[in-house]
Amino acid sequence: MNRYLKYLTGKLKWYILTFFIAVFLNFFLPRFIPGNPVSALVAQMAGGGASSDVLDKLYNSYIQEFGLDKPWYTQFINYVLKVFHGDLGISFSLYPTKVNTILSHALPWTIALQAPAILIGWIIGNLLGALAAYKKGKFDSAFFPLALFINSIPYYCLAIILLYLFGVLLDVFPIGGGYSMQLIPSFSITFLIDALKHYLLPFFSLILVTIGGQAIGMREMSIYELNTDYVRYAKLLGISEKKITRYVFKNAMLPQITGLAISLGTMVGGALITEIVFSYPGIGTWLFNGIRQQDYPLIQGGTLVITMAVLLANFLIDIVYGIVDPRIRMAQMEE
Amino acid sequence: MKLLKTLLKSKKFIIGLCVFLLLLFGSLIFTTISSHDPAEMIGFLYEPPSKEHLLGTDNFGRDVLIELIYGMKTSIYVGLLSGIIATFIGTTIGTTAGYLGKTIDNILNSITNLFLVIPSFVILILLSVSLRSRSLTLLAMIIGITSWPWTARAVRAQTSSLKTREHVNMAKLNGEGYVEIVLKEILPYMLSYIFMVFVLQVASGILSEAGLSMLGLGPSNTISLGKMLSWALLYEAVRTGAWWAFIPPALTIAIITFSLLYMNTGMDEVFNPRLRS
Repeated sequence: MNRYLKYLTGKLKWYILTFFIAVFLNFFLPRFIPGNPVSALVAQMAGGGASSDVLDKLYNSYIQEFGLDKPWYTQFINYVLKVFHGDLGISFSLYPTKVNTILSHALPWTIALQAPAILIGWIIGNLLGALAAYKKGKFDSAFFPLALFINSIPYYCLAIILLYLFGVLLDVFPIGGGYSMQLIPSFSITFLIDALKHYLLPFFSLILVTIGGQAIGMREMSIYELNTDYVRYAKLLGISEKKITRYVFKNAMLPQITGLAISLGTMVGGALITEIVFSYPGIGTWLFNGIRQQDYPLIQGGTLVITMAVLLANFLIDIVYGIVDPRIRMAQMEE
Repeated sequence: MKLLKTLLKSKKFIIGLCVFLLLLFGSLIFTTISSHDPAEMIGFLYEPPSKEHLLGTDNFGRDVLIELIYGMKTSIYVGLLSGIIATFIGTTIGTTAGYLGKTIDNILNSITNLFLVIPSFVILILLSVSLRSRSLTLLAMIIGITSWPWTARAVRAQTSSLKTREHVNMAKLNGEGYVEIVLKEILPYMLSYIFMVFVLQVASGILSEAGLSMLGLGPSNTISLGKMLSWALLYEAVRTGAWWAFIPPALTIAIITFSLLYMNTGMDEVFNPRLRS
């Protein structure tokens, strides 16, 4: 247990360092933008016919909030302190809404869209991939190119094609949004059915790609395992086919499980563009809005949330692996 | 040369390569001899396909087919350049870390791990947001410098196993330096692998460009396949049923990436015979 603790603290230190670097990049990169983003923004708002009183107030509050008169390291420390208090600042485009509020409304939509697509797609994909490797012959030669083709269509292109086919041409699904405009989000039956209708199309576009990718990976791993010496030896010994396949697929599954953990980590940032295509009210759509309106706090908040999700997932994988597989622990200790 | 001969045995590789080269040279030749200006407005918004304009017009009244050919050229250009940059950085860092070991390996490996964990697309978004004007080359460069870590990690692993071989030791005894050994004794043995990685990097570069464009961070003042998709989405092509504005660029991206991935699968089968079931 002592050793494990040592492994864990080592990992934790590394992740804290990575987190700081991520926060630093998040803070620093948008500061390369030439000119003062605040005055550009205020000028942009003046075009919208806002009164000068409001503009002054806006300008001062932004300058104060960012402490733009202070040196950059003071700004950075303030930014980090705010991040640690869970404060991502105030949105430019939806002033005076907090970025926290926007993102915490967006995150459940993204997770509700991605988590089931990844999990179900992973299960179906692995079953199909294993089947293709096992059956070979006609099934494999029909299945493999199809899976490869689906996998090489970028997920957002597939989304656009599905949107046109089922949303416009056949008109069976709504073509955008998370729910109908006239409804207010609640847990009523009408709302849930409506939300489900909006959900299915983006869901299918994501799950198809997941199935394709997982099936190819699993097929490859299974073929590799089926050709190993221990399988040949087991066959020579006359061990039943059923028993062998069980061992083969158990071994082939290992890397696939890592893959699942990683995709769950990249979940928040993984479907940004699918959300844009379907104007689904998740993180991606808000990031897109932020970029279009040069809303830097919103962009920074979005990218930070995506990064933190990935870091957290990786850390969890490391914790679990440390428990499950002592070899990994040892290898890491040596580094 | 020997590598090429082995590769030509794979049907998948040849099909992928032919499709890719056809698209590449097709768009290159067309854009050099054609006098069409892809940005010229030749009609009204979303005119359906006709004899004069085989794929109709887009939201600005421009000819979609001509845009598509120009977009194909820019997308492939971004893919190739970013692929070269990413493969170069990844290979350099990987061989250096793997061959030199010790402190340098520790440092380089930590940097690699760092950029493996921080999502590269996020860095790409932050970098693109901070650049006011993004030329194609600049965009390709930032895609390249954010996508090398996987290559570096894999190349490092191969280098550290290759460096213990006899012929490397012989070269060392001959007094050859680190650069010479890496170039002459180590790289040639991973050439097939590096080429496979390069092909994948080209595909992912094309996808990154399209993804960035659809987020509104595409190259300025240029037509690319991603920008065509982003215009179509912004100007309601889907809602108005103008399929010719978004289905062709989406399919073209899919065909380009498919050709590259098919090449990669073919190479994989040639170099890892166990996969040929």
